[in-house]
Amino acid sequence: MAEYIWLVPLLPLIGFIFIGLNLKRLKGINAGLIASVTVASAFLFSLLLFFTYDNQSGGRTIELFKWIEVHRLSVQFSFLVDHLSILMLLIVTGIGTSIHIYSIGYMKGDGGFNRFFSYMNLFVFFMLILVLGANYLILFIGWEGVGLCSYLLIGFWFKNHAYNDAAKKAFIMNRIGDLGFLLALFFLVREFGSVSYFEVFGKASQLPSGTTVLTLITMLLFTGAIGKSAQIPLFTWLPDAMAGPTPVSALIHAATMVTAGIYMIARSNLLFLLSPVTMATIVAVGLATALVAGSIAIYQQDIKKVLAYSTVSQLGLMFVALGTGTFAAAMFHLTTHAFFKALLFLGAGSVIHALHGEQDIRRMGGLKIKIPFTFLLFLIGTLAISGIPPFAGFFSKDAILLGAFQFGPVTGILTTAAALMTAIYMFRLLFKVFYGIPRFAENASHPVHESPASMTWTMSLLAILSIVGGFFGLPHFLGGSDRFAAYLSPVLATPIEGTRSESINLLSEWMLVIIPLILVIGLVAYSWSRFVKRANERGDALGNGWMVRWVSNKFYLDELYEAMIQKPVMWLSTFLHEKIEIGIIDKLVNQTGTLVVWIGKNIRYIQAGNVGYYLFYMVISIIIILFFNLFK
Amino acid sequence: MLMGYLISVPLIFSLLLFAIKDRTSINGKIALVASLLTLGLALWIARLYLSDPSGFPVFHPDFFHYLGIEFKLSLDGLSLLLLMLTTFLFPLIIYSGVGGEPRRNSFYALMLLMEMALIGVFTTTDILLFYIFWELALIPIFFIAILWGGDNARAITFKFFLYTLVGGLIMLAAIIALYVHTGGSHSFAFADFYRLMRDPRAQIWILSAFFVAFAIKIPIFPFHTWQPDLYQTAPTQGTMLLAGIMLKMGIYGLFRFVLPLCPDTLDRWGFVLIALSVTGIIYASIIAIRQNHLKRLIAYSSLAHVGLISAGLLTRTFYGMEGAMFQMISHGINIVGLFICYEFLVRRTGTGEISSLGGIASNAPVFATFFMIILLGSISLPLTNSFIGEFLLLMGLFQYNPIVAAISGLSIIFGAVYMLRMFQRVMYGPTTEYTIHFKDLNTNEVIVLIPIVVAIIWLGLAPGSLIDIATPAVRYIGSITMQIIDY
Amino acid sequence: MPSTIQNLQIIPLDYYIFFCSALFAIGVVGVLVKRNALVIFMSIELMLNSANLLLAAFSAYRNDPAGQIFVFFIMVVAAAEVAIGLALLVMIYRSTHTIDINVLNKLKW
Repeated sequence: MAEYIWLVPLLPLIGFIFIGLNLKRLKGINAGLIASVTVASAFLFSLLLFFTYDNQSGGRTIELFKWIEVHRLSVQFSFLVDHLSILMLLIVTGIGTSIHIYSIGYMKGDGGFNRFFSYMNLFVFFMLILVLGANYLILFIGWEGVGLCSYLLIGFWFKNHAYNDAAKKAFIMNRIGDLGFLLALFFLVREFGSVSYFEVFGKASQLPSGTTVLTLITMLLFTGAIGKSAQIPLFTWLPDAMAGPTPVSALIHAATMVTAGIYMIARSNLLFLLSPVTMATIVAVGLATALVAGSIAIYQQDIKKVLAYSTVSQLGLMFVALGTGTFAAAMFHLTTHAFFKALLFLGAGSVIHALHGEQDIRRMGGLKIKIPFTFLLFLIGTLAISGIPPFAGFFSKDAILLGAFQFGPVTGILTTAAALMTAIYMFRLLFKVFYGIPRFAENASHPVHESPASMTWTMSLLAILSIVGGFFGLPHFLGGSDRFAAYLSPVLATPIEGTRSESINLLSEWMLVIIPLILVIGLVAYSWSRFVKRANERGDALGNGWMVRWVSNKFYLDELYEAMIQKPVMWLSTFLHEKIEIGIIDKLVNQTGTLVVWIGKNIRYIQAGNVGYYLFYMVISIIIILFFNLFK
Repeated sequence: MLMGYLISVPLIFSLLLFAIKDRTSINGKIALVASLLTLGLALWIARLYLSDPSGFPVFHPDFFHYLGIEFKLSLDGLSLLLLMLTTFLFPLIIYSGVGGEPRRNSFYALMLLMEMALIGVFTTTDILLFYIFWELALIPIFFIAILWGGDNARAITFKFFLYTLVGGLIMLAAIIALYVHTGGSHSFAFADFYRLMRDPRAQIWILSAFFVAFAIKIPIFPFHTWQPDLYQTAPTQGTMLLAGIMLKMGIYGLFRFVLPLCPDTLDRWGFVLIALSVTGIIYASIIAIRQNHLKRLIAYSSLAHVGLISAGLLTRTFYGMEGAMFQMISHGINIVGLFICYEFLVRRTGTGEISSLGGIASNAPVFATFFMIILLGSISLPLTNSFIGEFLLLMGLFQYNPIVAAISGLSIIFGAVYMLRMFQRVMYGPTTEYTIHFKDLNTNEVIVLIPIVVAIIWLGLAPGSLIDIATPAVRYIGSITMQIIDY
Repeated sequence: MPSTIQNLQIIPLDYYIFFCSALFAIGVVGVLVKRNALVIFMSIELMLNSANLLLAAFSAYRNDPAGQIFVFFIMVVAAAEVAIGLALLVMIYRSTHTIDINVLNKLKW
């Protein structure tokens, strides 16, 4: 089975090429069907692989061809099949399939329908390369490739320059991280002479913990992850990326691409475990991101922006899990997050679809009655993400909190705070969109309507997963066996896993479940009173102090970047061109020419035209040469 | 003998074109046939060479003996690759003119003359003959640029001509000095110089002279100021020649002369040259961001790319040299692709000002797709050719010094910035008065672009085919020049 | 009967040298001070012939015919030169009606 793994990325690639070559010829929804079928068959293959792949054999490398072979560096184009990549395969193709099907309904009638699906297929292809690659360079292909697709899809409606700017911003910020990643690769080659996972991990595990070069490598890899997974300081592209069509946001900017950083670090867990400094940095960055993005999310007025900041915040939590060494928890949260965040985005898409493109939650409200099915699904998503049992998010968050508390009490408390923020912004969103009085102008010719079946059904599928997804990783103290972590255990080195039962007893584990739960319920109640009951009393905003303004303007980070990086570079560009290039270098070159002309102009007067003088010069010169030779 | 045919086919057709009566309808066709014939010959030669590299015959006609200067053409991996690049690009460059402004016979004759000179430069094994071909290549491009150029062509072309001529003369001086310093009677063959040049005190002068000559041609900061102006004013086909092939002469020169002849001086002073190149990368990348003319933007981007090539090459690490080799080819293909797109664009809109363009993607999706792929190639996305090149180059630089690699690596960020900014303004957004009636590519134009795109992706997927050819040559040069930073 | 060479050697070589130098100097001064192109031309011939004479003298004293061969060469060249030079002068005179070199100052910037 595993040796045919190349089929999985090949199918979407074929879809992409076929649709791409027949952009004009494909009519109706055919392109969407083709794209969905290719991804769905990749999903079926992945499922088959999941069931047939031998549990304990570790990873299998499938070599396809030699890619780069220079000197001592030999990079194979090879795929790695192990539990981690199979898990990611399932997520990518599974969520991918459902979103493809959803998009058929969502994008119907759009002028770029075919183009959309070709890009989507290309994205799935690159994402599969990313998760399947057996070495860092293949991962990098996918890594940059998904960045490209993200660029193409964010700027999908390319007539609008604001969208294009968002797309460009995403690509460039990703590239900043990519540079770090690339440098990490060079370090890997220098230290280990290879970029293949097996060789690198094999050689790295013989190094002592905390070696400088390992710290450098992991820090640089983490830089790559910061760019791709939108962490501080490179997270501002993700909210802007919401300019793309909503299915894109769901697939790329919630479920798959942005989690590539998490996947990469989980994949390199051996390296990271050997560099405690990096691990601590990851915790700090993840935590800061989770808190900052969470607080910004509370003040956003755009339904997709709220979800985007929520994504950033959840990614921060995943990084906390990575940093605390609970890689399985991070992967678990990645999985459940993929379910419910995709669901939420699709739900938001359904809302936007119903309101004909309206995204501002100040002009929504009362939609519970108009689109009840979407409401139900959105509610499930909200419950899941807020960590209310028995929905999926509850279990994965619990795993992260456990890890965080083991790492340190302060980390634990802050992580809990970040997790609690989820409840606030999500319920605020839910209440403002679906409850209260309608604040939109309903148009008689375009009534608010429930979405078509292709959209609602795929959403229901995700909703079911959001409900039951958590039970895959039911922890021990709840009577489960944490099958999720067990499944990944051949790939993930988890030293903390073994010590868990000793360091944290059953009581504190229960405490960790109950206390946040009570707080969450309290917060939900607060939100209810605040946003539904007394919504009209105090208006829209949560206040108007400087703090609130600061937060709701995203801490003025975009403005800061513009002032600190964009403006200076632009100024430098003009300066270099006008002052240095034209003013100095080129002038110098031209002056050389001018100098020659000037000398000629002045020296020509020697040539007076008088033959007598010429003869005189000649004789004198001959005499001088004569004397010169005489006395040499 | 084959090498003799190879160099005489373009020459004969060039003379033929000069001789025949000017008929615009067939000028281009004759030139195309000639360049295709040359390509065919080159492919045949490549096959022969690859089947038995060591037994490849040297073309050595018996009509030129003087002071050990001899007319010799031969091949090694390096020459072969550049020969392939030249002969591959020429038909495309000529064909890209189909449908554009009709050109006189002398235009195509000059182009073929240029091809002959370039083939000579890349295949000769005699240093003086190298010089002669080097200067010979300057003549056709001078006339092409000055006669068919745009605004202010005379002044700009003249500046370029003088600038490179000065560089050429400095090189001639260096060659003479080299001959004087190598002592004994010997031929002007490269190998003799490699063997005999062991005078470290003379090296610094010879290095400086060669470097200046090549730096002007490549160009390397700060010898580059002729470049953007000339690229802008020259007819686009001329610009393709300049950017795609001609500047490779400079890098080839670095490879052939600077590295093997001055190893000791490079040990001591190489960092200065690398610093210049790296400065050029950043400098050009930043300037490119604000350029408003497409050709100037591409010119500055090219400046940044070749800065990276020369920096990587001058590290004299194995990866750096392989990368330079590879990137020379990729850069040639990509930049010619970009200029072909430019040519098609200007043919329809009549302007190359970025601010006047926009919204082309909605009228011409095929064109936008081709342009996108070529652009991705030039910002070195993985699975395109220049990713392999830049990866190896940066790795070479990294071995030399990680900080330098990090600084040079900024170019991949800046590259994305200026290229995407350009793409956005030209292709996306609302249409303007210039682009409102933009027609998509016709069959001829698609035929021109397909080989480029195929080459971009094929080299990105299977770089081995190219690397394997280059490796023996790189090893040979490396064995002469390399310091031991080799891991 | 003494040969021509012996006759020549009666006069000491120094005398030839002094004489030729004087002749050459006269030629130089003539070239420098005269304004008539024809006279300058004659002065040049004078210098040329002083050199010829010296060559012949040395050739005789050193018993080496090479010097005399050179003399013949120079005479041939001088004849050609005179032909061209006079032709030029005639042409100049025809177009300007003067051969005063101070008037002929058109050959400048």
